[in-house]
Amino acid sequence: MTTETATERHPADPIISVNEVSFRYGERPVLEDVSIDVEPGTFLGLVGPNGSGKSTLLELMLGLKRPDTGSVTLFGDRAHEFDDGKRVGYVAQNVTETARDMPVTVREAVTMGRYPHRLVGRFSRADRRAIEDAMDRVGITDLASRRVGRLSGGQRQRVFIARALASEADLLVLDEPTVGVDAESREEFYHLLHTLNATGLTVILIEHDIGVVTTYATEIACLNRRLYFDGDPDEFVSTDTLAAAYGTDQHVIHHDH
Amino acid sequence: MLGWLLGELAGLFEWFLEDVYGAAMGLLAEVLGVPMLGYPYMQRAYLAAVCVAVIGPLVGTFLVHREISMISDTLAHTAFAGVAVGLFLNATFELSLSPLLTAFIVAVVTALLVELLVEHAGAYTDTSLAIVLTGGFAVGSILITATDGGIAVGIDAYLFGSLATVSKGDVGRLVFMCVFVGGLVTLAYRPLLYVTFDATAARAVRLGVRRYKRLMVVLTALVVVSAMQIMGVILVAAMLVVPVATAALVARSFKHSILLAILAAEFAAIAGVTLSYVYGIAAGGSIVVAAIAVYTVVLIVRKLPADASLRALNPSNRRQAGRSRDVLEADGGDEQQ
Repeated sequence: MTTETATERHPADPIISVNEVSFRYGERPVLEDVSIDVEPGTFLGLVGPNGSGKSTLLELMLGLKRPDTGSVTLFGDRAHEFDDGKRVGYVAQNVTETARDMPVTVREAVTMGRYPHRLVGRFSRADRRAIEDAMDRVGITDLASRRVGRLSGGQRQRVFIARALASEADLLVLDEPTVGVDAESREEFYHLLHTLNATGLTVILIEHDIGVVTTYATEIACLNRRLYFDGDPDEFVSTDTLAAAYGTDQHVIHHDH
Repeated sequence: MLGWLLGELAGLFEWFLEDVYGAAMGLLAEVLGVPMLGYPYMQRAYLAAVCVAVIGPLVGTFLVHREISMISDTLAHTAFAGVAVGLFLNATFELSLSPLLTAFIVAVVTALLVELLVEHAGAYTDTSLAIVLTGGFAVGSILITATDGGIAVGIDAYLFGSLATVSKGDVGRLVFMCVFVGGLVTLAYRPLLYVTFDATAARAVRLGVRRYKRLMVVLTALVVVSAMQIMGVILVAAMLVVPVATAALVARSFKHSILLAILAAEFAAIAGVTLSYVYGIAAGGSIVVAAIAVYTVVLIVRKLPADASLRALNPSNRRQAGRSRDVLEADGGDEQQ
């Protein structure tokens, strides 16, 4: 374990540090020599074509996979050895399809955010307050007793965000969260993420809609097996990185708000 | 020390079975004028069925909503191989193993093997489960025919279940399983729910997902083998699936769905055992048919408009209708997907 490094960590140290990471599925290389740091308070948008290794990079960052070469640290620990689940919130790619028929209420789903704090035993007053506050912040308090599977895509997204907020996570990771969500809800959803990021939550998300992510993110990383770009969204839009990463006939679909 | 404790427990259980439960059932038999409730073997059958109807849906709820309920059928069929292994060893080496013991061992080992394979391959597939299911059953049938004479006797009881063969020891084991499985599920309820609902996120927040997935399949093995004697190898999976599907139609929350699934299973178990006695038909089959009947009624009633289901109220479906209306109010009458 590398816990001593965690306690000595400088507050401004990166939350995630990916160093010269390569990863392959069998013979197929997915990531080659990728290095990227995620500083506290960042809103990082990961973009890239289908099959560019975005989800894999996310899984490596969370320690769900181990790199073939290179290293990943998460909150100062080696990512796969990191064990303080309270600090991480994760929204999987297919949440709009998850558990359609499973009779789980909004409150039950948000309460799961407290499970890493309290796996057995009664919830404390602080636990309950965290759950209520989380539902309140994303505006789903009035849906608390509805079944998650019977909500719209946009409402369901907010349930999963609330689950991360209930755990009082420092890092929120989302894998293509707005697939299956209508355009209006998508804007609201990004606005919510922006607000949460402004209060200090570090956000990393994968997004196929480059227009919306460059509008709200504070940092863009463009990936296609290798890291083509890592930096300011405006700079990303004004350069031709996109064409290089995607091939020639790609352009940003502009969003006018 | 352990022996003494087990002896005490067995004594306590016998006292409960005869002087508490037996006496209460005897009284019920007199009051209702239903003599079968007074027969000790029927009392044992009811208690056994009631226990099966608790642990089946309790574990089945997690399996069904993880969409791996096929695992219960698979483990039941490999448990049959376990029974055959026991009978084979007994006949060949003149041992006196309980076939249920070997069934427990084979089912638990298979459960863990399947889970380890899944951890490497990534997901359960119909194909791999079908291979294990038929493979287990095939090994069972080979061992039975390879065993010298007389052993085909009693195989029917394992295949189709039997109430007549439920001994005091069997009921004791089922009551113990009820407490044991119930206790484990209560202790591990939160991680089991999280893993069932969103396994990837559960891994991301370091919930020890592998441990709980293994626990889930081991519990399944324990439940199918415990219930096998009454339900039969072929039908036992129904007890983990049908009441859960019924409850999922109308439940207001996950906890509520577990409660409703157990209630639906209890109704089916008691109705099934009663029909089985009255008409002299198979208990396992009667219980499954009763469970499916409850499912069908709930499915139909919740599709009816609220006022129509009110008019349809009669003593036999009042409970289902009441549930259905609650849900229509609770979710604004959305169509089930």
